[in-house]
Amino acid sequence: MKTALERLYNGIIKENPTLVLMLGMCPTLAVTTSAMNGLGMGLSTCFVLMLSNLIISLLRKFIPDSVRMPAYIVVIASFVTIVELLMQAYVRSLYASLGLYIPLIVVNCIIMGRAESYASKNPPVASFFDGLGMGLGFTLALTIIGAIRELLGAGTLFGFNIMPDSFEPISIMIMAPGAFFVLAVLTALQNKLGAPSATNKKSSSSCAGNCAGCGAACAFRTEITEGGDGK
Amino acid sequence: MSALTTLVVGIISAALVNNVVLSRFLGLCPFLGVSRKTSTAVGMGTAVIAVITVSSCLTYFINIYILGEKYSYLRTIVFILIIAGLVQSVEIILKKKMPSLYKSLGVYLPLITTNCSVLGVAIDSANNGYGFAETMIYSVGTAIGFLIAIVIMSGIRERIEDNDVPEAFQGMPIVLVTAGLMAIAFVGFSGTM
Repeated sequence: MKTALERLYNGIIKENPTLVLMLGMCPTLAVTTSAMNGLGMGLSTCFVLMLSNLIISLLRKFIPDSVRMPAYIVVIASFVTIVELLMQAYVRSLYASLGLYIPLIVVNCIIMGRAESYASKNPPVASFFDGLGMGLGFTLALTIIGAIRELLGAGTLFGFNIMPDSFEPISIMIMAPGAFFVLAVLTALQNKLGAPSATNKKSSSSCAGNCAGCGAACAFRTEITEGGDGK
Repeated sequence: MSALTTLVVGIISAALVNNVVLSRFLGLCPFLGVSRKTSTAVGMGTAVIAVITVSSCLTYFINIYILGEKYSYLRTIVFILIIAGLVQSVEIILKKKMPSLYKSLGVYLPLITTNCSVLGVAIDSANNGYGFAETMIYSVGTAIGFLIAIVIMSGIRERIEDNDVPEAFQGMPIVLVTAGLMAIAFVGFSGTM
């Protein structure tokens, strides 16, 4: 029970995948045009993350080390397909507005990253709660970003009109550039307040905002960027 | 429209109007991660062009001749495995047969598997039911768009290095602001402001 709570706290606050680790940027920016879309994307990713962590953890003693990446990909892709079919059947409007980004949950590095760094080393229950915590953290971040963009860009929140009539919606906030600006301001605030974030330091050795933040690819990336800096 | 017009319009629309990074948010990770130097950005962009072209060609035929409509729900699983396998084999072949090219592009290859633009292009063309010619135009155009965006970004970032950025915006925030400004410029191509 203690581990479970600790994993939840870790995923939602301490190592929030979006705001602290800066992983999975593509869906974070692409689908947060409204709070609802952010919530939907977050929950679908959370579902995949929980179950893939659970299964990978159960299989961790059977998967040979040399083929673990393809094996993880198959597990993750299967759950993504399940989510895709379920959403197509029961929440068609959300399915239509998330579109291409649902199958792309497969390449969301948060999932691969947790499989590699947590689920492959820890028992099933802890892994399940790790997935739940990370998923909820991701959902929370996406909903916040979506809410800010929807509020400024359309004057609504979850579809309800809450801004005064005199408010002129800044439509650029729900267009592509707005996504970058909102995230830029959020990370700048984290900088200012000294909150932990993978991207705070100027020449941070972590993989700033890259989806390939999973394991080997990450070390690789750092090598390239750092090597480039050395000149 | 003549074939040439279709080709030019197709490439421009995929590369500029619907730029893969700045308006569709695919492949953001290498765009933010490997754009510190123009030379690495060019290398990454070229490698992406090569992989996207080959992978969308391959996934097109597999989708038409093996999966068909009946097994279309298997697209995600099959495509990601094909892309991962393809990237691995390209890396091995290059290492063995063309060491000089491997030296310049090889280091970017492992990163491309997790580049969502590759999978995104393959799934998108399959879902939209594009023909072979359309698929190729769409994927090459998208890859060119990625190259354009990442090269411009790296050029700007090289300049930013020497500038006096406000403390809170140092690091990732200023890069995101830059990307936002670039996105505004690219919105101009679609003319919907």
